[in-house]
Amino acid sequence: MNFLPPIVKKGALAGFVFLLSYISVIAQDGKAIFQSQCQSCHALDKTVTGPALRGVEERGPWTDRKNLVKWVHNPGGFIPTTPYTQQLAAQFGGQVMPSFPQLSEAEINSIFDYIKTAPAAGTGGSGPTQPIGAGAGQESGNGELVFGIISIVLAVIALILMQVNSSLKKLSDDKERILRPEAVPFYRNKVYIALFALVFFVVGGFYVAKSAIGLGRQQGYQPTQPIYFSHKVHAGLNQINCLYCHGSAWESKHAGIPTLNICMNCHKSINTYEKGPQLHDEDGKEINGTAEINKLYQYAGFTPGPGAVWDPLKAKSPEWVKIHNLPDHVYFNHAQHTKVGGVACQSCHGNIQEMDKVYQASSLSMGWCINCHRESKVNFNYNDSSGNKFYSIYEKFHNDIRTGKMDSITVKDIGGLECQKCHY
Amino acid sequence: MSDKKYWQSFAELNNREEVQKRSKDEFGEELPFEDLDESVLNAKTPRRDFLKYLGFSTAAATIAASCEVPVRKAMPYVNRPENLTPGVPKYFASTYVQDGDVVPVVVKVRDGRPIKIEGNSLYPFTLGGTSPRTQASVLDLYDMYRTPHPKRKSATGFQELPTFEQADTQIASALAAATAPVVLLTSTIVSPSTKQIITGFLGRYPGSRHVQYDAVSYSGLIRAYGGRIPAHNFDKADLVISLGADFLGTWLAPVEAARSWSMKRKINEKAIAMSKHYQFESFLSMTGANADERFTHRPSETGAVALALLAALGGGATAPALDANLTKAIQRVAADVKTHSGRAIIVCGSNDPNVQAVVREVNRLAGSVGNTIDTGTTLNFRQGDDAAMATLVDDMTAGRVGALLIYGANPVYDYFDADKFKAGLAKVKLTVSFNEKMDETTGMCQYALPTHHYLESWGDAEPRSGYISFIQPTIYPLFKTRPFQTSLLKWSGNNTDYDTFFRTYWAGRLGSQAALDKALQDGVLANGQSVAPTILNAVVDTVRTIGAPIAATNTPVTTTISTGASTDLASAVAAIAAIPKVTGNEVVLYQQVNLLTGKQAGNPWLLELPDPITKATWDNYAMISTTKAKALGIEYEGMEYEYYMDKPVIELTANGKKITLPVLVIPGMNADTIAVAVGYGRSAAFAKATAGTGKNVFPFARFNATTRTIEYHNNVTTSAKPIDESYKVARIQTHNSYEGRTEVVKETTLATFKAKPNAFKEFRDELKADYASKTGNYAAEATLYPDPALRRNEIKWGMSIDLNSCIGCGACVVACHLENNVPVVGKNEVLRAHEMHWLRIDRYFVTDEKAPDNVKAVVFQPMLCQHCDNAPCENVCPVAATMHNSEGVNQMAYNRCIGTRYCANNCPYKVRRFNWGDYTGSSTHGKLGPDSGVGKLNEVVHQMNDELTRMVLNPDVVTRSRGVMEKCTFCVQRTQLGKLQAKMENRPLGGDEVQSACAQACPTSAIVFGNVHDKGSTITKTRAENEGRLFYVIESVHTLPNVNYLAKIRNTDEIIVGENNANEHARQQESEPVTPQHEPATDEHK
Repeated sequence: MNFLPPIVKKGALAGFVFLLSYISVIAQDGKAIFQSQCQSCHALDKTVTGPALRGVEERGPWTDRKNLVKWVHNPGGFIPTTPYTQQLAAQFGGQVMPSFPQLSEAEINSIFDYIKTAPAAGTGGSGPTQPIGAGAGQESGNGELVFGIISIVLAVIALILMQVNSSLKKLSDDKERILRPEAVPFYRNKVYIALFALVFFVVGGFYVAKSAIGLGRQQGYQPTQPIYFSHKVHAGLNQINCLYCHGSAWESKHAGIPTLNICMNCHKSINTYEKGPQLHDEDGKEINGTAEINKLYQYAGFTPGPGAVWDPLKAKSPEWVKIHNLPDHVYFNHAQHTKVGGVACQSCHGNIQEMDKVYQASSLSMGWCINCHRESKVNFNYNDSSGNKFYSIYEKFHNDIRTGKMDSITVKDIGGLECQKCHY
Repeated sequence: MSDKKYWQSFAELNNREEVQKRSKDEFGEELPFEDLDESVLNAKTPRRDFLKYLGFSTAAATIAASCEVPVRKAMPYVNRPENLTPGVPKYFASTYVQDGDVVPVVVKVRDGRPIKIEGNSLYPFTLGGTSPRTQASVLDLYDMYRTPHPKRKSATGFQELPTFEQADTQIASALAAATAPVVLLTSTIVSPSTKQIITGFLGRYPGSRHVQYDAVSYSGLIRAYGGRIPAHNFDKADLVISLGADFLGTWLAPVEAARSWSMKRKINEKAIAMSKHYQFESFLSMTGANADERFTHRPSETGAVALALLAALGGGATAPALDANLTKAIQRVAADVKTHSGRAIIVCGSNDPNVQAVVREVNRLAGSVGNTIDTGTTLNFRQGDDAAMATLVDDMTAGRVGALLIYGANPVYDYFDADKFKAGLAKVKLTVSFNEKMDETTGMCQYALPTHHYLESWGDAEPRSGYISFIQPTIYPLFKTRPFQTSLLKWSGNNTDYDTFFRTYWAGRLGSQAALDKALQDGVLANGQSVAPTILNAVVDTVRTIGAPIAATNTPVTTTISTGASTDLASAVAAIAAIPKVTGNEVVLYQQVNLLTGKQAGNPWLLELPDPITKATWDNYAMISTTKAKALGIEYEGMEYEYYMDKPVIELTANGKKITLPVLVIPGMNADTIAVAVGYGRSAAFAKATAGTGKNVFPFARFNATTRTIEYHNNVTTSAKPIDESYKVARIQTHNSYEGRTEVVKETTLATFKAKPNAFKEFRDELKADYASKTGNYAAEATLYPDPALRRNEIKWGMSIDLNSCIGCGACVVACHLENNVPVVGKNEVLRAHEMHWLRIDRYFVTDEKAPDNVKAVVFQPMLCQHCDNAPCENVCPVAATMHNSEGVNQMAYNRCIGTRYCANNCPYKVRRFNWGDYTGSSTHGKLGPDSGVGKLNEVVHQMNDELTRMVLNPDVVTRSRGVMEKCTFCVQRTQLGKLQAKMENRPLGGDEVQSACAQACPTSAIVFGNVHDKGSTITKTRAENEGRLFYVIESVHTLPNVNYLAKIRNTDEIIVGENNANEHARQQESEPVTPQHEPATDEHK
């Protein structure tokens, strides 16, 4: 290999490393793709909207992976070709799986690799179930209280001591027959009044200004929703991809609230809340998960039971309370931030997968937006296709990076602080 | 010296100093101090009171601050419709059809609501062009005055019918019991499927008939060609002669005509040529304003002019006696026709079949037939038949009509003898109206069965034979309405509804459901694009089966008049020669480009759109000549006349009817002609908020008993002097002034331009040398900012406006209204110069300095924020609410604005608009109080804030609150979305990919928008290819605008001297109002 120039060696090495990482990415992807694309209708061990998938490759035509790929790409077309699938279609009342032409063969293979290797139910290993440090906040609250009480007690003692001191002084003066003018009570003492007024104005002014700036801001806003929907259970424990329910966040300005048919995709078969941890509301009251699912059924006009069919015409839409509100004069587009910017949902919405009851984690103030635009880096490397080709127009910045004048581009550099990026 | 002068108003023409003095006051308005009581101004405010107020306001602010933010609810779909993503617009091809006016469109639907109309660029004759009416039609969908459910009239007025079925039962039995014929009265029907349904319906009721009636009729033209109108192809005409036809604005098919006319008006600087356009007319029309040369005559002389032209071409007629100038002009035009054989087109606006027969013969002599006039293709835009209508009214009066079903027609308002029609209507046993609104005619019918708006309907239209444009619903019907076709189907015993009928009909004709789906997706069936030619041939002329084919090219005209009497050219000539000479005043009824005959007269956007010529809004008025003004004793040249909105009022009497109208003095009018627009003066039931705007002048039309057609001109007597009252007309032209700065518009003649193609460019080069003497590049040499050339590959938005093809129609103004939620302010506010148009079209008259009545040209200049790179407005904002961005756009942050209006004062283009009132309810949480705004707002502002009307708002653009400045943003919501789309698709943005609303709406592509840094973009090419005509408005003040204009070229032989080298004067900024051309000629004498 010595005859190869070093650059080639380096390239080969880099290529090998890249290949390895690529393979591992595929293996991991199987689970992710399964969760995002299949899980809404398929479980591993239970027949839900579609059949259970464990051991699928031992059944019917599925012993051949090629058939599986064909099936996923076009189930409707595959059904008439084998008696097994015809019978399957009949079994599910003619309901045919939607086609997934967007999945590549490699991706489909990774799904079935995952299904083959997925651990059996009950053996654990899926989903983070670590407890949340709920007590921490409580403790710090207690600490403040203790310090507060101690401060007040000390202040009272100081005041008493001062009074005692002045009384003693008066007594001693009386004793020594020194005549002094009657002491002015502290509430008429001009120094005290001036001091108090000053403190009042400073503190009052601070709070007035602060609340005026915060007018209309709702950080921490945590309204009660018509259904106690726990993001922790869905996005955290069950690891449902955010986009499964809020799909339009990928393509529209609105993230969108999932329509009832999306809820019913899973909840047609998931009728009870059994396996997850006990849910509590913010006052510590217990929440019955199954009852909340039943609330969904009331909205959806659905009676669960074997073979129950959901009729959307009977449903009515729940009135969710909107938590994240922007003023009318702000234009915000989710797609720009998710699909283009690659910003994770949690960056703005907080650790949503750990929230039972969602609250507004960020202030959503202009300063907060601007700060992020100042700091967020834009991926300019369109040459290695990791960056967006749109940015190829910024020739000057590319030159500056090449010559080392700049080491990175932030949103600010490409106009992210201009008024009419958000206000029009 | 040049004898040319540019001016906007008579006052400017004659009293330059005073006009300039007045224009120093940006808003032309006294501060409202007189409203304050003396005692208030002089009152002593004691210190305690002051502290009380201070305390109170602090407390109030605190309470307000502690208020809860309202809880907002969000309700998702239960079952999301396929392909619908909230927040992502969908586009559906459809067709705007109003009476016979057809424009194929694409409708933008956002979250289930249609909010914007664009032209369908697949249709080869409009190529995506629109008209102001098309643009505004989406607002008619959300019209709160639409009839919400079927109604039946009882003694106490209209009562709601719970279901259509109930109406069906009642009407079907009434129809069955009818002893006299059933008549279906409609405006022009361009829908083939509807025509078939009508045929089926008529077959069911023997003796019944279908009468088509147009408020402004084209019967004369139709009869002259034996029953059908041939296609007029202006794009093939190097010589256009119009005898009173306003074909760019209102006549026949204005959007198609404007597109094809403009193709010959674009100038290629490498081979300078353009079409020549003569206009003979009696008043200054929009088309006349765009003509190269125009001549005026009396309205009754149209026939004589046609005859004289025929005689001059040697067409076997003796020229009638006409004014000497006119005769000379006709000789010159005829000579031109002879040299343009086969490349000329002559159109005529007259509704007299004899005149049209003569014009047809002129066209034949000019070799137009088969070339510019395509007799193989029929235009179906207007099919109304005056004679049939007159017969119907006679029959109704005589009690010979058993039932009258009315769709799209409104004769009680627009028939010349409405009283007779009303009397006849009372004698008809069963009267049913299908009109969408409770218009004048519907109000007198027994049943009102409202039909869908076109945006809620299925349908089709065949504007030209062989070209079908489809209508598909874009929203579920808002009200309990039903297509009128469904009613006809039901009453002819067919139980399918129109939706099903339509799909079956077209799936059958096109061969398959898939072919129909494809056609619906494209919207139009055009040659070779959507369907195979064989299918296309099968659908040709389905809308129209009557009428013999038009005679072949070279046979002389023999016109068959449908009443039976056959007429040849000789008798037509004789009939015209017999028209008596009129000596008194004449009134001519014209259509305005915004309203046409008034079917959309309840549309606030259209009513607030200024007329192209008078720049007046919200009213009609009598346009009179300067001669007539002098005779009436009107002091029109004084400051008072222009600057106060009160106009003298005169009385007009014609047909024994008296109407009083305010007077506007307009140059370029025939001395004895008074022009009044139709379409105004609608009833309160039709549109409450716009009722009382103008007067209805349809009763001034007259019926020609010989030809049995309606004439839209008449003899008129006026009061000898203005009557003792005045009327306020809300005109916008004088609202904005350039303070006498020169070079606002540039205009020259073709001959001059050919002689010195670089005159404008040299002028610009001189300016450049002034500002950057070393390199000629200001940006590189004379600013502190980094050289923008470093970032030449990034996006920089720019616009180019070709004054040569801008016709002044105002489609862009309405498009801007829709796209940017520009508020309607109402007449009272326009009177106070508070109109909010981000884009206005300035109109300049170019006249002889010695004879201001001789209008040589009219320049229309769309004026919007110029997005100056060196913007004067940006420097003076105390809160930095307006500043530049990296894409060359001058941004405006509304919520930062504190309303000092410094920016507007410092803007040399006067394009910033200030929200004087709470026009959108943004300051009052959507609840507009009755006294909102400065003073009282018109009812129409409240209409625009109705919950239903507000559905038209563009959700991507904020509505502005009171007290902030606003202006054109270069449609930033579109540029942002375009960039996002490109990023999402991982590619750079194309230079033409994003279009501003105005550019997209323009029927002549006069406005071009795009990325000027993209070398392949149309804007870059336009600028590079038109260097000789390119200019920036008042470039001498050095604002470096991003909007450029291309100078207007008039196709005349006149050489204007001193066209170049006017720089010295420009810099001094004194001299004449607006004219770069007054340097003594230098080159001429060499």
